[in-house]
Amino acid sequence: MLTALLVMTAVALVLGALLGYASLKFKVEGDPLVEKIDAILPQTQCGQCGFPGCRPYATAIASGEADINQCPPGGEEGIRKLADLLGREFKSLSEEHGVEKPKSVAVIDENTCIGCTLCIQACPVDAIVGAAKQLHTVVAGECTGCELCIAPCPVDCIAMEPIVDTLDTWKWRYPVIQIKQAA
Amino acid sequence: MLRKLFKFHGGVKPQTHKTQSTTQPIARVPLPERLVIPLHQAVGGHPRPLVAPGDKVFKGQRIGGADGSLSSAVHASTSGIVRDVAPALMPHTSGLTTLSVVIEPDGEDRWGELDKVNYRTAPPDELRDFLRDAGVVGLGGAVFPSYAKLKPGKEGRLKTLVINGAECEPFITCDDLLMRERAADMLKGIVAMRHMLQAEEVLIGIEDNKPEAVAAVQAAIAASGQSGIQAVAIPTRYPAGGAKQLIRVLTGIEVPHGRRSTDFGVQCFNVGTAYSIFEALEFGRPLISRVVTVAGNVDQPRNYEVLIGTPMDHVVRQSGARPDTDRYIMGGPMMGVRLPAFDVPVVKATNCILVGSPALFPPPPPEMPCIRCGECAKACPADLAPFEMYWFSRSKNFGKAQEYHLFDCIECGCCSFVCPSHIPLVDYFRFSKSEIWARERDKSSADAARDRFEFKNFRQEREKQEKAEKLAAKAAATREKVAADSQAGTASPATEAPDTAKPAAPSAEDTKRALIAAAMEKARQQKAQIAPKNTEQLSAETQADIDAIEARRAATATPPTPDA
Repeated sequence: MLTALLVMTAVALVLGALLGYASLKFKVEGDPLVEKIDAILPQTQCGQCGFPGCRPYATAIASGEADINQCPPGGEEGIRKLADLLGREFKSLSEEHGVEKPKSVAVIDENTCIGCTLCIQACPVDAIVGAAKQLHTVVAGECTGCELCIAPCPVDCIAMEPIVDTLDTWKWRYPVIQIKQAA
Repeated sequence: MLRKLFKFHGGVKPQTHKTQSTTQPIARVPLPERLVIPLHQAVGGHPRPLVAPGDKVFKGQRIGGADGSLSSAVHASTSGIVRDVAPALMPHTSGLTTLSVVIEPDGEDRWGELDKVNYRTAPPDELRDFLRDAGVVGLGGAVFPSYAKLKPGKEGRLKTLVINGAECEPFITCDDLLMRERAADMLKGIVAMRHMLQAEEVLIGIEDNKPEAVAAVQAAIAASGQSGIQAVAIPTRYPAGGAKQLIRVLTGIEVPHGRRSTDFGVQCFNVGTAYSIFEALEFGRPLISRVVTVAGNVDQPRNYEVLIGTPMDHVVRQSGARPDTDRYIMGGPMMGVRLPAFDVPVVKATNCILVGSPALFPPPPPEMPCIRCGECAKACPADLAPFEMYWFSRSKNFGKAQEYHLFDCIECGCCSFVCPSHIPLVDYFRFSKSEIWARERDKSSADAARDRFEFKNFRQEREKQEKAEKLAAKAAATREKVAADSQAGTASPATEAPDTAKPAAPSAEDTKRALIAAAMEKARQQKAQIAPKNTEQLSAETQADIDAIEARRAATATPPTPDA
């Protein structure tokens, strides 16, 4: 009886030590869930979700502080992907955080810009180039369409222009399925 | 010598409809009122416009310069005046516009000064550059810049050069007529390509429903006395004209997924490309026209030599379009694309204008559910399982569709052709492919945005830190300097003052006071240095006023500074 108890205790101790060692040795740095959520988010860095960027929002979702329907640029598809990943129910986009808009880029009206650099400081992805009292311009390819540059502009010279289809971005439509009428 | 031929998997045998348009020789089309030449006609970078509205251009003058590592030049098809350089509708299903040069012909059709090259002696590199600037691209339909393909593989030489004269798609006969009428010249182009590629042998594959073309090419080979060039009649089976399929039939080599035919010592060109290479090398003439089949709902189907940029309805008018025409299709009935308008220009990719009507091409029967019969897999020449790809495309499960090698699909249309449920399978595959590309673009731009955002945050943190460090260093330096000054200054009073027991406390106080004094001194110096502006050529009264003000200012400024 005593031998059995001792053996079991010894085994438990050895296994416990092994587990403890493994948990230190193979410790996962950071939260892998945050990475996965961050990969789904559109990286617009617009802050419409109420967090300063996509990664903070991903962290908030992972810790349960934020809901999955707060990202207007990600749209319904983004919410669907998040719901799939987290095993939650799909929810429609929360209205207080904004509406889904077509993808657009900021364009600076060159006749109005006074070169104040306020938009440069506001741009989360450094997509605006210019210097004090020099004309600023948006690098269209890097612009995420976050609209954060619009509010700080003192002369209202920034407008959002929807991205038009070119031959390189044009997509074939989903084939129309003809449904035969019942006789 | 009879050659052993191979078979490719699948394929179909649609009605060919080729005899109607081969009864008459290639005709020329009269000059249209205006030519619209899109600058982007080939795979690769968009060429830059080299002309402006109002410019006079000659036939063959370069109007779009090749831009980037893979791009091909564009030329004026006739002499005339450039009326506009603006976006215009292009022959593409999307109905999108692209930057085009609009030329109003002057009717003289005069050639300009043409660059020439001696292709018998020039090194292959020079010939490649020449062909790029001559705008020679693959005329089989893919419009891939030919110069980029005219490089031998890693070994420096090619085993087999395959020339594609199969022309398997129904209705199209432009390559057939070209081979019948211009076999000798085409052969010269082939010889030049063979020289550039250092190819051991040349195989010209022609479907056996074109016996006249086979005979003409064989006669031309015999007349030229070239050895190692062979015209081979291959069984008629759609899509024998697909590059991979033709290579399979002629050489037995199956090019696997993700590899190029040059890895196996084979390269493939269209017969029309060979002819335009001949024109470019022999006469210096760039690619400004091509043979186009007009077939379908017309009175007289025929082949025409058409200038690039000619409006399609102008070409079709020569054949007499019937009144019930409702659409033009560029290409054949299997792979062709429906065009958004009748007046879109003929481009380098236009091998056929198929004139359609509801009677000739009735709307497809309604799509029925897939019954998994597997007919499409039997017909697929790329050895794919179209019904599986269809399920995943339909449910937008693009990852799985890709796992079933969606991107090996050549969109030949065999699966849609045989499908008993009339499912437009190719439409689903095209949809899936463009969605996957769009997602990849989105993903890469999201990744770039993430990197830039993270870098901006990092940069702001770094700047903050650098600023703090700089300030701290400056403050430390000033403190040291003042301390040194005060030490030098207080060295003598220290001997007089008896209170040296606690030097730390007063020295800190002193340092602070000294710092303030130093800052005030500096400010005063700066103020004194500012020279008044606009003080030249003043009238006596103004000067007197200024003097009075200065005197007042001096009077008010003196009281608070007696201790300074």
